[in-house]
Amino acid sequence: MPTLKINGQDVTVEKGTTIIRAAEQLGISIPHYCYHPGLSIAGNCRMCLVEVEKMPKPQISCHIQCQDGMVVQTESEKVKKLRQHVLEFLLVNHPLDCPVCDQAGECRLQDYYMEHGLYDSRVNENKVKKTAKAKPIGPTIMLDSERCILCSQCVRFTDEITKTGEFGIFNRGDHSEIGVGKELDNKYSGNVADICPVGALTDRDFRFKCRVWYLQKTESVCPGCARGCNITIEANLERPQHGSGERVMRLKPRFNDQVNDWWMCDEGRYGYKFIDHDRIHQPIMRIAGAVRQVEWDEIVDDFLKSFKKLKAKDEIAVLVSPQMTNEELYLAKRFFAKDLGIEQIYLVRNKLDGYQDDLLLRADKHPNRKGAEWIGFVEHDKQTNALLDKLGKQFKGLIIFGQDIVSLFPNRNVTDSLSNLELTAFIGSNYNLTSECVQYVFPAATYAEKNGTFTNFEDRVQRIRKAFPALGESKTESEILRIFADKLHFEWPYKTEEDVFNGLVRSVNLFQGLNYKKIGTGGIKIS
Amino acid sequence: MPGLRINMEKLISRFFDLQDADTLSLYRKEGGYAAAKRALDLKPAAIEEEVKRSNLRGLGGAGFGCGMKWSFVPRNTGKPIYLVVNADEGEPGTFKDKYIMTYVPHLLLEGIIIASWAVGIHKAYIYIRGEYELPYLKLKAAVDEAYQAGLLGKNILGSSFDLDVVIHRGAGAYICGEETGLLESLEGKKGFPRLKPPFPAVVGLFGCPTVINNVETLSYLPFIVKSGGDWFAKLGSEKNGGLRLFSVSGHVENPGVYELSMGVTLREIIYQHAGGIRDGKKLKAVVPGGLSAAILTPNEIDVKMDFDSLKAIGSMGGSAGVIVMDETASMVEALRITMQFFAHESCGQCTPCREGTGWIYRILNRIVRGKGRLEDLDHLIDIGNYLGGTTICALADGAQMTFLSYLKKFRGEFEQFIRKSHLKENYANT
Repeated sequence: MPTLKINGQDVTVEKGTTIIRAAEQLGISIPHYCYHPGLSIAGNCRMCLVEVEKMPKPQISCHIQCQDGMVVQTESEKVKKLRQHVLEFLLVNHPLDCPVCDQAGECRLQDYYMEHGLYDSRVNENKVKKTAKAKPIGPTIMLDSERCILCSQCVRFTDEITKTGEFGIFNRGDHSEIGVGKELDNKYSGNVADICPVGALTDRDFRFKCRVWYLQKTESVCPGCARGCNITIEANLERPQHGSGERVMRLKPRFNDQVNDWWMCDEGRYGYKFIDHDRIHQPIMRIAGAVRQVEWDEIVDDFLKSFKKLKAKDEIAVLVSPQMTNEELYLAKRFFAKDLGIEQIYLVRNKLDGYQDDLLLRADKHPNRKGAEWIGFVEHDKQTNALLDKLGKQFKGLIIFGQDIVSLFPNRNVTDSLSNLELTAFIGSNYNLTSECVQYVFPAATYAEKNGTFTNFEDRVQRIRKAFPALGESKTESEILRIFADKLHFEWPYKTEEDVFNGLVRSVNLFQGLNYKKIGTGGIKIS
Repeated sequence: MPGLRINMEKLISRFFDLQDADTLSLYRKEGGYAAAKRALDLKPAAIEEEVKRSNLRGLGGAGFGCGMKWSFVPRNTGKPIYLVVNADEGEPGTFKDKYIMTYVPHLLLEGIIIASWAVGIHKAYIYIRGEYELPYLKLKAAVDEAYQAGLLGKNILGSSFDLDVVIHRGAGAYICGEETGLLESLEGKKGFPRLKPPFPAVVGLFGCPTVINNVETLSYLPFIVKSGGDWFAKLGSEKNGGLRLFSVSGHVENPGVYELSMGVTLREIIYQHAGGIRDGKKLKAVVPGGLSAAILTPNEIDVKMDFDSLKAIGSMGGSAGVIVMDETASMVEALRITMQFFAHESCGQCTPCREGTGWIYRILNRIVRGKGRLEDLDHLIDIGNYLGGTTICALADGAQMTFLSYLKKFRGEFEQFIRKSHLKENYANT
């Protein structure tokens, strides 16, 4: 374990640690472009040069490993001057197009110029012309090669992480240009826009929707599959005129070395559209052939009245889903099983299995199957089939938590079965074929509009956080269940999602000892 | 002239004057492959020791001690060790390796056998500059001949030693002469020099320990094995063993390749060997060691041409490409062309080199077009100061050294050029 001095402070690090990492431990940030902790070291940008005593030349801190007794200066006059000149070199052929560049505001050229540059331009020569100007290089990414500083992070990402090898640097010297040898169309292509430190690779989905300084960021977890990649929901709430009134502008991966490192898949990244599109805004009742948008009081009263009319508990089935949070599943269990004595509660998927690989993507496209299992819900295809068989026979009432069972079971003529039931209710956020043929439609919130926890396939409990209020009249599933419970005078002790979670912790062993604070931003793995 | 010493001994270049020295029969008739035979009877460590005593330096340009370089190679990693022969002779003003490969390719092969035996190598790659068509054909023919004669392949010269030699042709990039750029290229990748450490001696070709030696360096090994390290060391100057091939070009009466002692002076090369400046003109400037070496003025040419003496006066021995310019040469234009070369050949990895060389070239272009300003010169020096010393390989260091030397030593000419061009607004003659 070498001990070294950086800017006069002692630090002891693991053998093999690079200077830039050691400095990080002291809270000293060394500017860099080509360095990325998740990629191999290229050492080409030369921005992270530091002075190391007894070494005649300045050294790149991303590559040089700490030695015992090393004395490093990261803020000496010489280093500052070097940085300034590296920046000047980087900008020799860089266009001055910040006002029309979508990277503005999160551009490391801008940031470092303000921190380390602040010189007057001395460039009187014409810039070298690069070929690709706003050129789509795949379904997700736009390339502006004149803005590229050739840090090669995108090349290394596609070589080392996705192993798809689309990117390369073509030509030599200041005619070097980033480019693709084949279409950039892999399952993780969006990440290259994240790691690109400048405006060369921008996200076609996000480009020009919203200036980044208007974005409000909320830490959350991707609900797209069982991995539960840590993400940030970036929303535009102040300026609805941007981006046609959508709130979510983009999702970004959030570093978690236990889950997703720095990355997320495209499926998750671009899978946010349902939050602002095709949403159910208001409760809907379809009674006696009439479809009405109604207030909450009316639908709840009417629903509970029909509910009570059903003679026996075993005439009602409830479909919960692995898309629901632990809190919601727990409340559903408490309400239907414990308080009402309904035994027919089934866990039913709401998405088909999909693509899986060794990087992040899981075939199971639900974020909380593990949590559901812990709370006592396991999905069995046999049971689901038996349930569908019994619709209209044993079962006269069906309560659905979001699943589009009409589409999921296209050969089972679910539409007709539903129309034969005495009571059908749908609690969900978005319109689908199933919500179109039930009597009671309760508009629910999306994951972006609520607090709660998911348990990923590796037994990690992670928190999602409310990024903004639920759209229109919609409410979280917890709120809806609490309204039911209130109306039935069950006197639940839960005011917030955290209260529900604490209740869950008390009643389900596997969650023992957890609380929201402990779960924190990175989640906790239950061993 | 007092103190002048003409070294008449010739080793490699003796073969340049012989008819058919590129054939195996003549080469053997002249004693060829005797040294290899002898080496195979010696202990590898003994050869390494002899090479260390010879003070043989890396003649590709870096001047690193050859025996020392070999000693850095770990022998017991369980991985094969490779020999990579750097025949990508790309330094402007340098054409000595071309002579060796064209006129006496077997000498190189013999050197390869000796080095391979000494280090424990069974596979050697010769990376030859793509533009070298004739040298390639001669070398190829020599390799084929050597295989047929049992000088390469299995059980070389009746010993139990196996060695294969593969020739790989480059595709035209100067940077592929940089040893790690060369390795990348040889592995089929873009010629981007590698970050060091690790050095190629430890992690080189295909991730294995690798010796990289220049053509000329290897070609001196047979002489060292034959006559001993001490003998070779005495031919040169202190710590700079033996002779080396000086490629002399430019405004001299007799340009060509001259094999001279490391201790020869630049003055001797120009006036004694190359016949002086053409047409009796005056010397203006001379590049002593390939384009990357700092340019020297007429009052600096009494320097000895070994690595250490040239380093001491702020230039370098480099590849021993001596480019002589007489009084008719325009330093402004010479520098413009020089920087055009470096801008064109920068691999583009490191920011200062990629952007700096091109930027400097474009400023010089503007100056030559008659649009220069006096303040450009200080600006150029400032850019130049940050060009080298901060990059992965030495290309930018070389560009910086030569670039700053022009501006320092011929600043008056640059100023005059700019002032005059303002009067004429046109510079048509260069």
